[in-house]
Amino acid sequence: MKGMTIIVKTISSWVKVLIVLFGIYIILFGHLTPGGGFAGGVILASSYLLIMLAFGREFVQKDLPLALDSKLDCLGALLFAMIAVLGLVLCDKIFFANFLYQEYLPGKAFDLISAGTIPLSNIAIGLKVGASLFLVIFLLSTFRRDTSVNR
Amino acid sequence: MPYALCFLLFMLGLYCAVVKKNMVKIVIGIMVMEYAVNLFLVMLGFRVGGIAPIIDRAQYDPVMRQVAAGFVNNSVDPLPQALVLTSIVISLGSLALMISICVRTYEKYGTFDITQIRRLKG
Amino acid sequence: MYIFYVLLIFIIIAAIIAIETKNLLSAVICIGALGFGASLMFLFLRAPDIAITQIVVEVLGLIILIRSTISRDLTFISGDKEFFGTVISIVIIFVIFLAGVKVFETMPDFGTAIFAQVSEGASQTYIKEGLQNTGAANIVSSVILDYRAYDTLGETTVLFTCIIGATVILRKKAKKLLEEPDL
Repeated sequence: MKGMTIIVKTISSWVKVLIVLFGIYIILFGHLTPGGGFAGGVILASSYLLIMLAFGREFVQKDLPLALDSKLDCLGALLFAMIAVLGLVLCDKIFFANFLYQEYLPGKAFDLISAGTIPLSNIAIGLKVGASLFLVIFLLSTFRRDTSVNR
Repeated sequence: MPYALCFLLFMLGLYCAVVKKNMVKIVIGIMVMEYAVNLFLVMLGFRVGGIAPIIDRAQYDPVMRQVAAGFVNNSVDPLPQALVLTSIVISLGSLALMISICVRTYEKYGTFDITQIRRLKG
Repeated sequence: MYIFYVLLIFIIIAAIIAIETKNLLSAVICIGALGFGASLMFLFLRAPDIAITQIVVEVLGLIILIRSTISRDLTFISGDKEFFGTVISIVIIFVIFLAGVKVFETMPDFGTAIFAQVSEGASQTYIKEGLQNTGAANIVSSVILDYRAYDTLGETTVLFTCIIGATVILRKKAKKLLEEPDL
């Protein structure tokens, strides 16, 4: 898959920075404003998708190879499960307990560092959803006119 | 009355998924059904004159650790919104799976028409 | 209240066009319009979390649909439909629709707070004590990540399985098996 003209390449490499910043903001402030891990993860995936559409598939494959993407996906899911098991171990034998809010770090309301494990769970879910969706769209785009019809 | 319109949307999606012969049209019908179900769930929790379930700094009293009564009496239901949030992302995953099946079938048979795909074995 | 009817009529017209048109590109564009109308509707139903998620997901869905179908050579749908099966399907769907409308007349009106009629229910507890028990100002976030975090784990598992399924189907090494003659 070839890339596009040089105007599109220049503008999209600037716009990508803004999209990544917006996605990180939506993930991190998920416990104070609307948003959360799911929307932020999809926004992060779409930032890489913009680069793939503008520069071509080979450029992105050198930049973020598929093996690394799969590992990021698994890392996100593993982080989420570890937060759950830590709640089981540290806080009164309750699975998924918010152990940071109830015992160690209450924090003030409406601050960025508050609400215990909720921002950490948002980050794990955002990483997982973003990596998964980018992986699927990348694989779908490899099936274009270069494969022949089997009849 | 809005419930009936939402149900009409669901029935339109069901008609498309049952009657049409093109694989991509079947996928579009399933997506319309998913949109209709998400809309219906969020409409169940609506309250006329309601406000979004996000607490403002002015509505919280940190000394008594209590939320203002204006928020409790006016907020819409947060529980259907939580369920629909995960449902929307799952519908994107299932769309990716359905489209990958369609693409694979096109590679083997050369058409999207389901009446010409005969050799479906096990 | 009239904005809900206007948006719902727009969504239904977009769905009818997406279903009946013979051009695949028009169908996919109407799905985009449908998703956009649904996102506006979520915004007017006081659900900003879901509006953000819906519009971003709909953009990615459009890209998936367009990349994988329009670039094929076949964008027009041809062929005749069988008449008898279509008529039977339409009659059955119409009967189910009438039965559903009868059921909806027994429900409370649209806009009355159904959840507030039970004073110690789950939703009232989340609204009253959400900030105190979890510390998050966004109550929907505290519901999906603290009160009901197990559902989020289930959703993560379902998404993981979908992506694994799509990756297995789209492998290139399987082409060698496709070219062997069928026995």
